[in-house]
Amino acid sequence: MPEIAVLVKRVPDTNAKIAISGDRVDLSSVKWVMSPYDEFALEAAMMHKESNGGTVTAITLGTPDCDKVLKDAKAIGVDRIVRVWDDSWSDLDSNQVQSALVSALKELSTEVVYCGKSAADTGASSTGPGVAERMGWASVSNIIGIEFEDAGVEVLIPRNIGNARTGVSLPAVISCDKGFCKPRKPNVKGIMMAKRAQVEVLGADIPTSSINIVSHTPPPQKASGQKFEGAGNVPTVVAALRNDANVI
Amino acid sequence: MTEIIVIAETKDGIISPVTSELVSAAIVLGGNPTVIVPGVNDTAATSGAAISGVSKVIACVGEQFSNYDAAAWASAIDACAPAGVIICAATQNGKDLGSRLAARRAVSVVQDVVAIDGGVLTSPIYSGKAMQNVSLQGDAVVSIRANTFSPSSDGGNAEISVMNQSADLKTAVREMIAKASERLDVAEADIIISGGRGMQDPANFAHLERVADTLGAAVGASRAAVDAWEDISHGMQVGQTGKTVNPSLYIAVGISGAIQHLAGMRTSKYIVAINKDAEAPIFQHADYGIVATWQDALPILESELKALLG
Repeated sequence: MPEIAVLVKRVPDTNAKIAISGDRVDLSSVKWVMSPYDEFALEAAMMHKESNGGTVTAITLGTPDCDKVLKDAKAIGVDRIVRVWDDSWSDLDSNQVQSALVSALKELSTEVVYCGKSAADTGASSTGPGVAERMGWASVSNIIGIEFEDAGVEVLIPRNIGNARTGVSLPAVISCDKGFCKPRKPNVKGIMMAKRAQVEVLGADIPTSSINIVSHTPPPQKASGQKFEGAGNVPTVVAALRNDANVI
Repeated sequence: MTEIIVIAETKDGIISPVTSELVSAAIVLGGNPTVIVPGVNDTAATSGAAISGVSKVIACVGEQFSNYDAAAWASAIDACAPAGVIICAATQNGKDLGSRLAARRAVSVVQDVVAIDGGVLTSPIYSGKAMQNVSLQGDAVVSIRANTFSPSSDGGNAEISVMNQSADLKTAVREMIAKASERLDVAEADIIISGGRGMQDPANFAHLERVADTLGAAVGASRAAVDAWEDISHGMQVGQTGKTVNPSLYIAVGISGAIQHLAGMRTSKYIVAINKDAEAPIFQHADYGIVATWQDALPILESELKALLG
């Protein structure tokens, strides 16, 4: 009966405008959601439990503001919800985040971890493989299909030449793309249970940061382009792409 | 001075062109790099040594390099690489491997770097809606997006040493299921033509494919198109919840330009938009905008390109 964990992250809604105030992003007025790929990781974790038994723990890292994504996971049906945090932490780099998560996973005796292929804020895709390396585990990334076996899973991974049907023995970290399952919606009972659920808070010893965030800046603005009315101008644009832009 | 190590990107046993860009990045960051070339043999190392600016090449040789296995690759490459700043390509496998190498060495990883200036590394965050600028304090792993640096030219003649380094596989490929279509992946293409809901029917993507074939381009799609039509696969989706692309030329057809989509393609070098709605937000981001229906514009585009490119 595997101890299953799913890593979930609170991020700005993907339709949110990101403002810069001073030299940092200003997220004070964005709508927050669970990172989209994490919904597929959560569904895969629930499917794993339904197939092989065990318990599912949803884990996040962050301030009490992040309890909402844990409650969302609880409403879907996870058994435990855990938040890793220490009030002395801020601007954690990948080394610190992974150390903190690994500390929690060890404390929970986790045997398989599901996560989204990347988080919608950093888009880095570092956490899944980084956590696996620190645990000494296998990892597969960007999976687009999964079947559950007695001692492992079989996943589908997109490669240049096609999809690789790949066997993975547990323990392992499995990072999920979207599209292979349909994340379930919470029902009324789940939502009521989630309201009463207690978030377990775990601390961790983490290393010092080796990255200094100098600033956040708006993306470089392109010079305004040329706009033509009517398909008759297509040859003009093709000529410009050839002669001015040099891209065809 | 900190040593810089470049992990060569390879495909089917051959060094990918992006490796020469990584060498340029290394030089901007602070020095002539050691290039590690992973492979089942040392054949590809020769082309690594020919990149100018490389100080030396280590061919990291082992059976595990026949298929990508994150744990085995990281363990073997880590054993071959000296201490220092490691540079990988920001490809799917490069980022995965970089994360593992950083974790193995208990250092940080900075992904998707699109500029390096005076020791400050810039990466897009929130899918390019903002940029994060960081400086390194000590060793780290850095992944660099393709098309960020000009490739270092040929003409180098670095010394090659061979290190045999076997590692246990933690995963087993049981079967390779060939792709149904031979189409180029948007993540790898230098030119992309994408369609949105404005294409009206998935069957109409055939018109985009014909233009793509003329250009040697990949065909992409907006999230709206992928969500609406089963025939348009998620693998084609460009945008914040799809693929982030950085081609030389991006042609958006019947795509309004939702913030979600812009996030995935705004760093394209040149953007062409074809849309019948003159007010579509995509036009604010296009280098060349054409207000027209796809029915009118695509046949002319195809014939013009055919005339030009044969």
